[in-house]
Amino acid sequence: MTNKALRQWSWVHKWTSLVCTLFLLLLCVTGLPLVFYHEIEHVLGNEVEAPEIENPGVNASLDTIVTNSKAHFPGKQLQYLSWDEEEPALVYAGLGDELDSEDGNRYLALDARTGEALGEIPFQGTVMFYVYRLHVDIFAGLAGKLFLGFMGLLFVASIVSGIVVYSPSMRKLDFGSVRHHRPRAVRWLDLHNLLGIVLAAWMIVVGGTGASIRGRIWFSVWRNDQLTEMLGAHKDNPRPETPASLETAIQTARDKVPGMIPSFVAFPGTLYSSTGHYTVFMHGDTPLTSKLLQPVVIDAATGDFTDTREMPWYVTTLLISQPLHFGDYGGMPLKILWAILDVITIVVLVTGLYLWFRRRRPNAANRFADDAEIAPRYAGAPAE
Amino acid sequence: MAASPLRRGLLGRTYLMPLIIAVISSAGLLFALIGDGLWDYLSWLALGFPVAIGLWFSNRRSRDQRRSTRGAV
Repeated sequence: MTNKALRQWSWVHKWTSLVCTLFLLLLCVTGLPLVFYHEIEHVLGNEVEAPEIENPGVNASLDTIVTNSKAHFPGKQLQYLSWDEEEPALVYAGLGDELDSEDGNRYLALDARTGEALGEIPFQGTVMFYVYRLHVDIFAGLAGKLFLGFMGLLFVASIVSGIVVYSPSMRKLDFGSVRHHRPRAVRWLDLHNLLGIVLAAWMIVVGGTGASIRGRIWFSVWRNDQLTEMLGAHKDNPRPETPASLETAIQTARDKVPGMIPSFVAFPGTLYSSTGHYTVFMHGDTPLTSKLLQPVVIDAATGDFTDTREMPWYVTTLLISQPLHFGDYGGMPLKILWAILDVITIVVLVTGLYLWFRRRRPNAANRFADDAEIAPRYAGAPAE
Repeated sequence: MAASPLRRGLLGRTYLMPLIIAVISSAGLLFALIGDGLWDYLSWLALGFPVAIGLWFSNRRSRDQRRSTRGAV
């Protein structure tokens, strides 16, 4: 690599980092509590638990659950029912003002065995709601999501360019050298190099997956592309006045893809289905296949099976990206490691920011002491 | 060309440790995705590796430094 190329890489590292650092700090700080989302909601009492009942082996009809969900929020539209493997005694219902609305949606937990509504799961207005919105879209909707996604891409670019400029910076040093006896600027450069290179793989994965998780967007593409294809002549079926039994529809879906269990069902007219169909999203029961979804489309007027297909690559990529971003796929020890790695990332960001600031305004007294060491080694500096 | 820093780094030892750490931490990310139980344990070990290396090297020289400071006094 020539001096010119090195200068260009340094420029890329400096500017990609500078532009994204403050937002990355926000993402790291808000991401930390989000790693422990369930634990925090549990402690805050925002989770609903299933009561002990006498006859726990039998589940209520899903049609009862549909009726009770609607009765709990009169005037709201039932959009989804979902299940959680960890909580087999519960069914969750999502309701909105309109069938395709997203803002202001309410969530209800129901007892899967009795069909009884147990209570609302608060989300809007909770502390975690604000943390979540700051992390996902900085309260700016789609624009905010795309903006933060772009910051994630800059972060990945800054890590890649950082790996390139790591080599000249370490020219005369062993791996892991931290010159503690030197001035802070040198010490922090060494820490920045050490922690940055050690976390590079993890930061690229978490940053890259974070930038690509735009769930609604990828599902919209799927809906316009593959779902429309699957429905064929039935794609414009009207929404039935009295929909077919959901219990029967789910049973049909289970029979069509044996070995899979329902993850969630989207009702006719919602963002994840068509106007005339239930779409039942099934998932596998092994650690890897439990992350993947297979949609089964059921005619909501007749309850007949319409079609099922594997998800296209972009949705599968999204579904695999989610656990890799959240760190929620390997128990509590993995979450704790995620949190430690997150805090170390904050150290890399802060030391990097400091080094830029320090280089920008070297004062006269320090100039002679450290500048030769913390300045990027290029620009035809005389060989030592 | 042979003297360029990146080339020397790739061929020599500059990127050796970073490469080993990257491979181990990537394996750790995948292990927990593949399965439960043993795979989870392997994942914790593998992802604990970059954390351990980072923390250990961050503090390593400070002990040497304390020793040498005491020696000087």
